[in-house]
Amino acid sequence: MRTCEPLLFKNRRIGETVFLEGYRKTGGYQGLEKALRDMTPAAVREEVKASGLRGRGGAGFSTGLKWSFFPSDDPGEKYLVCNGDEMEPGTFKDRQLLLADPHHLLEGVLIACYALGIGTAYIFLRDAYRQCAVNLEHAMHEAREAGLLGDNILGSGFSCEVHVHRSAGRYICGEETALLNSLEGLRPTPRSKPPFPAVKGLFGKPTALNNIETLANVPHIITGGAAWYKSLALTEKGSGTKLYGLAGHLETPCCVELPLGMPLGELVRDFGGGVWQQRSFKACLPGGASTPYLTAEHLDVALDYETLEQVGTRLGTGGVVVFDDRTCMVAATLNLLRFFARESCGWCTPCRDGLPLVCWLLERIESGQGTREDMTMLQEQLRYINGRSFCALALGAMGPVDGLLRHFAEEVEDHIRLGRCPLQT
Amino acid sequence: MAMLLSEKQIAQLKRRVRETPHPREMVLDVLHAIQDANGWVSDEGIELAAIILGLSPLQVEEIATFYDKIYRRPVGRKVIHICDSICCWSRGSETLMLRLQQLLGIAAGETTTDGMFTLLPTCCLGACADAPAVRIGKTLYGKVAPEQLETILDGERTEVKS
Repeated sequence: MRTCEPLLFKNRRIGETVFLEGYRKTGGYQGLEKALRDMTPAAVREEVKASGLRGRGGAGFSTGLKWSFFPSDDPGEKYLVCNGDEMEPGTFKDRQLLLADPHHLLEGVLIACYALGIGTAYIFLRDAYRQCAVNLEHAMHEAREAGLLGDNILGSGFSCEVHVHRSAGRYICGEETALLNSLEGLRPTPRSKPPFPAVKGLFGKPTALNNIETLANVPHIITGGAAWYKSLALTEKGSGTKLYGLAGHLETPCCVELPLGMPLGELVRDFGGGVWQQRSFKACLPGGASTPYLTAEHLDVALDYETLEQVGTRLGTGGVVVFDDRTCMVAATLNLLRFFARESCGWCTPCRDGLPLVCWLLERIESGQGTREDMTMLQEQLRYINGRSFCALALGAMGPVDGLLRHFAEEVEDHIRLGRCPLQT
Repeated sequence: MAMLLSEKQIAQLKRRVRETPHPREMVLDVLHAIQDANGWVSDEGIELAAIILGLSPLQVEEIATFYDKIYRRPVGRKVIHICDSICCWSRGSETLMLRLQQLLGIAAGETTTDGMFTLLPTCCLGACADAPAVRIGKTLYGKVAPEQLETILDGERTEVKS
């Protein structure tokens, strides 16, 4: 069984939270010390860029490249916002990290702020993660007492304040510009881009936005170096480790840290305990609710960014959700689309009106009332909705529909031909 | 209106609003405070929040009505949020929802006649490895089997009484 020396989960014991003493015992805050003592902010940015780290929140954009667009050296107010609105169904990795080891994120935030010339950071946490907020606030209190947070950190002259913001629900808050509106106390509909947040973000100031897992990787890149970090992945283009989620029809659903590029089948067998009740693998969402399905043909596929793009899907958040051979993929897709339709903020027509239409079509097909025209219409919605919505929510929502029509067209047709769901007994 | 929060709480919130460079960012904090004290946010609660924040009631209302965890209608003493997203769905959340409706004698969105529970579906709670998951009040229950629900509800009722 392939495993790896965990980085983010190195202090994780289920049911326990490690705070400052435990975190420092295993090398915690050495990355921050090294950055402040031995490196210029530009050198930190360079190291992160060289590491090949890609955003772990779903979009997979190069962190180093994102940071290179940021006006780090400009004077004036700038912000770091950590996106902890982990609401993509099938995704629970950031919660696991904050339950186990909140200082990990805090160190990543502080190094990022140093690298980007930022003095104020906000950590945006979803409503459901109350314990995570409590853990973080305790960690921040400890860090302040230890001179790791606030004015003149470790005597370096670098000062940084961190605020925890507790949200009150709604998936759209994970969209970065909606999140900024939410933080400002405005109605959290997305903003138009450009201007991008790096130019005009929170309170109109340049703002860097990164996911929790992304930031928690930064201390390891600084202590271990970019080359070492990159070498941890199993694939040539991959970099580092990944917190994979394993959920759905598995014997042992869990969250596990493994090298980036784990083959899907191996992950399911060795860490998910295999498909439950001795059934067989039918399909999975590779990285949360908005990623097109993989099928049993894809069990050898490496779960990394490039490989999954080649097979028409995305690594997303790395939250793998498995479906067994008794699952109706129309019903699964309908469940996913109902989620997206309900969570649409209502700002733009393709999303507000398009997604309920897609739900209606899927409902008709699943209940046996669907026609060939309904299936054609479903196909058309891919064209009408994708690329026409204001933000990426609707595009993500159509991921499962795209997967359904590409991999399970026959199953959809069976519903229409038989006038009932072929999997319902 | 003063009944919604104590004079001391109002003074504290007003002080924080004065001290923060961007007062409007506190709108959820103020709404949370009102909801924690009253269980939900009434029209008077919106007006109070507006006064504390120096905003119009409409500016507060458009925030309050957006978030599903801010309750703009009365709810029971404990809100049951049952996850209906994909992982919980794949492991039996629909059966749990039906069983809860049976046990409580209410439909989704309703409150029991004794004012104890409100039943609401919710999206993913981030407990996917423990699916199916249900949050009752502040407690998260994972890997919930339909036959456990009666005991869980009894426990939650007793906790309120004690």
